[in-house]
Formats: sequence, structure tokens, C-alpha cells
Amino acid sequence: MKYLCLIYGDESAWQSRPQQDLDAMTAEYLEYTRKYRQTGHILGGDALLPTGSATTIRVRDGKVSTTDGPFAETREQLAGYYLIEARDLNEAIQVASGIPGAKTGSIEVRPVRSMPQFEPLYQQAVTA
Amino acid sequence: MSAEQHRDAIERIYRTESRRVLATLIRLLGDFDRAEEALHDAFAAALVQWPAKGIPANPRAWLVSAGRFRAIDAARRGARFDAARAAIADALGARDTPPHDVDDESLDDDLLRLIFTCCHPALGEDARIALTLREVCGLTTEQVARAFLSTAPAIAQRIVRAKAKIRDAHIPYAIPTRADMPERLDAVLHVVYLVFNEGYAATSGEAMVRVELTREAIRLGHLLLELLPGEGEVCGLLALMLLHDSRRDARVSADGALVLLGDQDRARWDAAEIAEGIALAERALRSHGRGTYAVQAAIAAVHAEARSAAETDWAQIAGLYDVLLTADPSPVVELNRAVAIAMCDGAAAGLALVDAILARGELASYHLAHAARADLLARLGRTAESRAAYERARALATQELERRFLERRIAELGAPANG
Repeated sequence: MKYLCLIYGDESAWQSRPQQDLDAMTAEYLEYTRKYRQTGHILGGDALLPTGSATTIRVRDGKVSTTDGPFAETREQLAGYYLIEARDLNEAIQVASGIPGAKTGSIEVRPVRSMPQFEPLYQQAVTA
Repeated sequence: MSAEQHRDAIERIYRTESRRVLATLIRLLGDFDRAEEALHDAFAAALVQWPAKGIPANPRAWLVSAGRFRAIDAARRGARFDAARAAIADALGARDTPPHDVDDESLDDDLLRLIFTCCHPALGEDARIALTLREVCGLTTEQVARAFLSTAPAIAQRIVRAKAKIRDAHIPYAIPTRADMPERLDAVLHVVYLVFNEGYAATSGEAMVRVELTREAIRLGHLLLELLPGEGEVCGLLALMLLHDSRRDARVSADGALVLLGDQDRARWDAAEIAEGIALAERALRSHGRGTYAVQAAIAAVHAEARSAAETDWAQIAGLYDVLLTADPSPVVELNRAVAIAMCDGAAAGLALVDAILARGELASYHLAHAARADLLARLGRTAESRAAYERARALATQELERRFLERRIAELGAPANG
């Protein structure tokens, strides 16, 4: 069973932190990723640039509208994600609770909808 | 045995066994709805077969295999039309279990699996309560709706959503690991406590006590203690519920008015519940995992042990509130401690503490804080201030009996002095 762990945090708080804090956080993420990559739980993941770099797109009546910033203004912003494999929600919770960002922000754990008809498309893309 | 006697016997078995049979069927069939259908089919089969062949030696095991057999059979019959059902039938068949898997011990484990799944923290609090009452206690959707002043469709919807989340997010049908146990048990006890409280101090409406909820909560407490005898907090919560419930009949007078603890006729307290509650409270205090329920139970036990309100050991109660405050700081606990202090050190000492709590603003809209303050002011002869505080409390109270009680208190203070 696949789960997407969405990492939310207060990015303005992070922007004012000294470089050594950011380095320490990166080191923690490295260690976490290494550990759960080895156990086979982590399938993939990325950190995202701050929401200042985000663009929101909508298409209405065939017309594309482009706006600056994320879809919703919230206290915590999406900062990154992991795609994990877990036996069940209990194991997913256990893996997600190790994500360093859980200590300051929050992790949304979402089960991935199983859609077998899409899988061949991605396998082709990888081998192409 | 006559047909009627058989029906009675089967009804009795339904009451005592249906939840355990359901719990095992959920594990074997891997789905709540299929298990409920199978349970229904199993009892339907029992009604036909037992009067003719006699009641089996182990009705639980019989019902589990009958239910499982019927579920597999139903899936196989559907399989002719539907490939997905064929897969289900294969999966069910693959879960073939040897007979030892339906012995009493594994059935107890299944009941724990059911309880921990229904009370999983990934489900919303309302959903946990509805699911627990429906699946673990066996209440009908209509009964749950009545108890929570809701409608049956609303409760049914809540249960359907919760089951969908269990299925979609793969909430496992499992007893928590040792590492997760404290947190997960907390979640279970919290559900039981909320059910009890909703029954004991109904937050709104006419009836002060909704007996069926307190009864179900106490039944759940007994069941949990039977399944987890080593857990101190299970013991503590059950003790707390029994000791509170023991005052049920004395809390409301013949004409339906609320009676405060100090004014209750202690002869009307339930002596059997008190004896059991005190014994469990002592066991909880001695146990390894002693927590806040045990301390709250100890406080209730001190009240229960006093032959009259005047003989209450308030110093011990104040001391126990100190312990509670350290373990679980909350303004409500502080308020209760202030009332206990007022009883041993005088109303002025208590009032100073209550005023300090209210000044922080956390309990500004909590009616009992204003009622406590009003009572202390009245004892100090500050009648006008007392009346104002009682009126504030009445404006904030949502429970009809409490409102009437506060109105009576205001009337007892006499007419407001002019000038």
C-alpha cells in the first residue's frame, strides 16, 4: 500500500533561521531518507522551493489564467513530500512520524489510490 | 426445550456472544459490512437449526464457522456473474483457519482488535464514538442517534464514512504494538469516558442522565478490564465511572431538580457500586501504569467514603487535586482544587484562587466557574456579587436542569437590595 506524506511547515519561520539550523535540518533529512530507503519504505520524495516561487494555473472556458502564489493562503505551507510503501496505516504513521519536519510542522498522510491502468505508462517513461 | 425456550436461549446467546462473533468474522472476512451480513446469516441459521438439532456445545465457534461459510458461499454464488467477486471468494477461501483459531483466547484478541480499530486515532472523535457504540456495544443506529440527540441518517452517514476510511487508508485490524499501546489505549479510554460523560452529564436537553449511555460505558469498562487486566488506567476509569454512577439516583430530586453532592441523601447512593469502585480505585492506585483516571477515581472514592458531607476529608481531596494538576494541568482541575481548598481553608482562600483562574480568561465562559464563584461569594455574605455571578452562570448554562438549579439559587439569595 502506497501513501503520500505531505510535509507542511511555516516557511516564514524557516527563512529567518540561521544557516547552521538549515544545515542541521538537511543532515537530519539525509539520515532519515537513508534509513527508510534502506528498509524499502521510501519510494521517492522531494523538497520544494518556497511558495514565493509558486504559480497557480486555472483553465476556465478554455482560457488559461495564471496567478502568483499557492492555491490557498494558510499558516503552514507544503514544503516537500515522500512517497512511501507501508503495510497499513499504522506502519505509515510510524514511518511518517520520523520525518524531521513533523517536529515543527505537520505531515498529512494520504493513501494513494490504486489505478493499475496508469502503471504501464510510468514504466515506459522510465525505460524510454 | 420448547420453540419459545429455544428462541429465548438464542436471544441470550445473541446478547452475550454476537460482538465476539462479529469481531472474529471481521478478521476472517476482512470487511465490516460483509462480517455484519455474515453475523446476521449465522443467527438466522441458528434459529432454524438449533431447535431441531439442539444448541451446540460451543455456540461461538458454531456461529463463526456458519457465518464464514455463508459469506464464502455468497461470494462464490456471485462469482458466476462478476470477476471481482471471484477474487473475493478466492481470498476468503485462502483465509481457511484451523479450528484452534476460534478458541476463547483468540476471540478475546479479536474483540480487542475491534475495539482498537473503532477507536483508532486516525478516525474523528464523533466517528469513534458512533462506531464503538454500534460495533462493540451492538447498539442500533437509532439508539446511538437518540443518545446523542442526532438523527439516524446522520449517525449512519458518520459510520459509513468511518468504515470507508478504515478500508481506504488501510487501518489495520490489529492490537497495537507494545510501543504504541499507551497512546492507543488512551484513545480507547477517552472514547469510553466521553460516552459515560455524555450519559452522566448530558450536555444539553431535558434528562440529566441518559442511563443507557452510562450503562454501555460501564459495560465497556468491565469488558476492557477483563481483556487488559494489567492496565492501571482501565481499572482507574472503571472505578471512576462506578463511583460517579453510584450517585445517579441521589443527583436528581423527586421533583426533578438537581441536587449538589453536599446536599445528596447518601442513603440513596448505590452501595454495591461504591464497594466495587473503591476496590478498583485502590487497585488502580497500586498499579504500575497509574494515571489521571486513577487519581480522579481516588477523589471520587474519598467522597464516597464520607458518611456525611461534613465528614468529607477535604484536605486529602485538595492533595489529590495537586497530584492531578502535576500530571495533567488544566484550568478545570484548578477550579476543582480551589473548591476543595475553600472547604478546608475557608471561602476567602478559595475565592482568591477562583478569581485568579477567571482573570486568566480560560474559564470565562465556563458556567461552573461562575457558579463556584457565586457560591463562595454567598458564603462570604457578598450577596449582590453572588447574584451577579449566578446570573452569569445561568446565562452560560446549556443544560435545562442546571439552569433551573441556578435559578433556584438566585431566588434563595432573596430580592436584590435597592441602593
